Amino acid sequence: MLKHIWTALTGGPVTAAPPPLDTGALAQLCDAELAGRLDAAAHRRLGRSLSIRAVDAGSCNGCELEIHALNNPVYDLERYGIRFVASPRHADVLLVTGPVTKNMAEALRRTWDATPDPKWVVACGDCACTGGVFAGSYACAGPVESVIPVDLKLPGCPPPPRLLLAGLLALLESSAEPLSAIAPSVAAQGQSRP
Amino acid sequence: MYVGEDPLFGLMNRIGKPVDGHRPFPRYRTTPGGWRTLSEALGGNTLSVVGFWGEPAAVHVALREELSGDVAVVSLACPDGHFASLSAVRPSVIRLERTACDLFGLVADGAVDPRPWLDHGQWGVTRPLAAAPGPAAAEPQRYPFLATEGEGLHQIPVGPVHAGIIEPGHFRFTANGETVGRLEQRLGYVHKGIEGLMAGRTPDDAARIAARISGDATVAHSLAFARAVEAALGVAPPPRAVWLRAVMAELERIANHLGDIGAICNDAAFAFMLAEMSRLREAVLQVNDAVFGHRLLMDRVVPGGVAVDLPDGGGKRILDLVAEVRRRFPPLVAVYESSASLQDRTVGTGTVSIGLVNRFGAGGHVGRAAGRGQDARRSPGYAPYDDLDFEIPVLTAGDVNARVWVRIREVEQSLSLVEQMIRRMPGVPRDSHGATPLPRLDLPAQGGEGMALVESFRGEIMTWVRLADDGTVARCHPRDPSWFQWPLLEAAIEGNIVADFPLCNKSFNGSYSGHDL
Ligand code: SF4
Repeated sequence: MLKHIWTALTGGPVTAAPPPLDTGALAQLCDAELAGRLDAAAHRRLGRSLSIRAVDAGSCNGCELEIHALNNPVYDLERYGIRFVASPRHADVLLVTGPVTKNMAEALRRTWDATPDPKWVVACGDCACTGGVFAGSYACAGPVESVIPVDLKLPGCPPPPRLLLAGLLALLESSAEPLSAIAPSVAAQGQSRP
Repeated sequence: MYVGEDPLFGLMNRIGKPVDGHRPFPRYRTTPGGWRTLSEALGGNTLSVVGFWGEPAAVHVALREELSGDVAVVSLACPDGHFASLSAVRPSVIRLERTACDLFGLVADGAVDPRPWLDHGQWGVTRPLAAAPGPAAAEPQRYPFLATEGEGLHQIPVGPVHAGIIEPGHFRFTANGETVGRLEQRLGYVHKGIEGLMAGRTPDDAARIAARISGDATVAHSLAFARAVEAALGVAPPPRAVWLRAVMAELERIANHLGDIGAICNDAAFAFMLAEMSRLREAVLQVNDAVFGHRLLMDRVVPGGVAVDLPDGGGKRILDLVAEVRRRFPPLVAVYESSASLQDRTVGTGTVSIGLVNRFGAGGHVGRAAGRGQDARRSPGYAPYDDLDFEIPVLTAGDVNARVWVRIREVEQSLSLVEQMIRRMPGVPRDSHGATPLPRLDLPAQGGEGMALVESFRGEIMTWVRLADDGTVARCHPRDPSWFQWPLLEAAIEGNIVADFPLCNKSFNGSYSGHDL
């Protein structure tokens, strides 16, 4: 054990360099609209940190594996001030995976309701963005945006950690006003669905 | 064999008639009388249930004779939608029977537990896969949890959304102070309608869905589906594809076990192991990506062969990885072994008895930690494993610690397997232009029925498929190992403290998605 700690101390960091950060990255990941909605007020409220609540709304668990990888020493998400929290009440961001199964739609809505404003929703993975291979099933409600409003879509099956990191960093940098604050009508729609 | 006991095929020939064109294991059609005889035979200990599934107006059960390893499928037509329940003699089929009822409206008469399972009343349709699906449930009904009464008992409901980055499911603890008296699971939250989605697709399309039954076992599920389709068509993939598939399957096993060992230790508040193990896991995933083009190896195993071959230098990368893990893994195992604070949490926690493990036919680390050594790579066995040297580690303690050790030993075995395979992998004959084609067959468009048993990192997967005459999937039933492991978690936690639940749960690592379909 001591030997191990010694090698760890002398061996230099294993952490990978952060992915390139520019608004272009964000523009690639979401519609240009979000990238343009830079808002100083939100930035002040958040400072330079984000708390994320991950919600599995029906994923195959592949996305979860890569979200877990964000926390490993190689990607080390916490060095950017981004961390995962255990309750939606502590979260700024909901990171949602899966094609939203009908059995999970209600739980997802309630989690969204429990998250304080300002809040962002990031759809993680092809399933969350479009329904993926599960689109059209009797058991799936559809992509995340059909249940709650979505601010950012990270495609991929699953999105590799570098892409997840680029997306979350872009979100942190831009601190755009969340969709829920900008378009209450969309948010209300999401809420009032049966 | 004792006098008066039938080996599997003796019983089959008494109760049923073989069906043509079911490969590689035979399928028998039986009558309600034969079904009753079968049910009596299941009361003994010689047979285990490998799978149970429905289709419109029929149920099927796959059986294994434990001593000989023989496998067969029995089918019972149920035109009126009723059949005699097997759950009283075989508790492992309780949830599978409830599922057949939810999806096909097939009612198990005399069932131990008639409550719905996957159907939470939200689908907007009932019995969605029956010949004639029913109307939406009138009102989503309250799910009646099992009653627990007694002085000082209180209930703790948890989920479906949990605190960590984890799949959704609901757990209802009944505790007396800190001690758990009963745990009841309610799953089905991630039911995506996979069996319904696969029907009507070409094997290639359906394979993309099979790869997403459980993302952590994507290679194993893809392999089970591919082999079932190949069995149905009576074709064999090129030898090199068989070996490449096995390399991927073992890399998947290594990556998952490394991740699990770290995560279990983390749940015992030993974060150091999580950091180190996740670094090792990451090394495996990066090699997967560099060599096969996907970190989790999704869609790499396809019906007829593989979708990628090793690039130049790919074999070397994999051998270097093996060497790296061999160098960095043992010191970490030594830390696990010598940390009293860690052992204190894992030894004697969450024990499952060998009796239960056998009764449920549970495999993988859950079975092997409690004395059940069944491994599909050995029995019935499949290529190329019959050609390779490896051991199947079996322990008997049945606790969290034993499940960690099974994983540790399996990592070592898989490293050796990968090395053997890379060194001995057959090449591909060059075609007339001197190029080496991808080891993959074109599949004929024809009908047939096939089944495959594949060992995933979690245990045995059974996939059964029926192809229509035009070669599309008529019906596919993939049975994840979790079906027979989740119920044992309910037993394992009894008498433990609530705080040890995460540890027990992680040491099982049942798949929610694979189970819910
Ligand atoms: S996007 Fe892909 S990896 Fe993520 S949940 Fe969907 S199928 Fe699984």
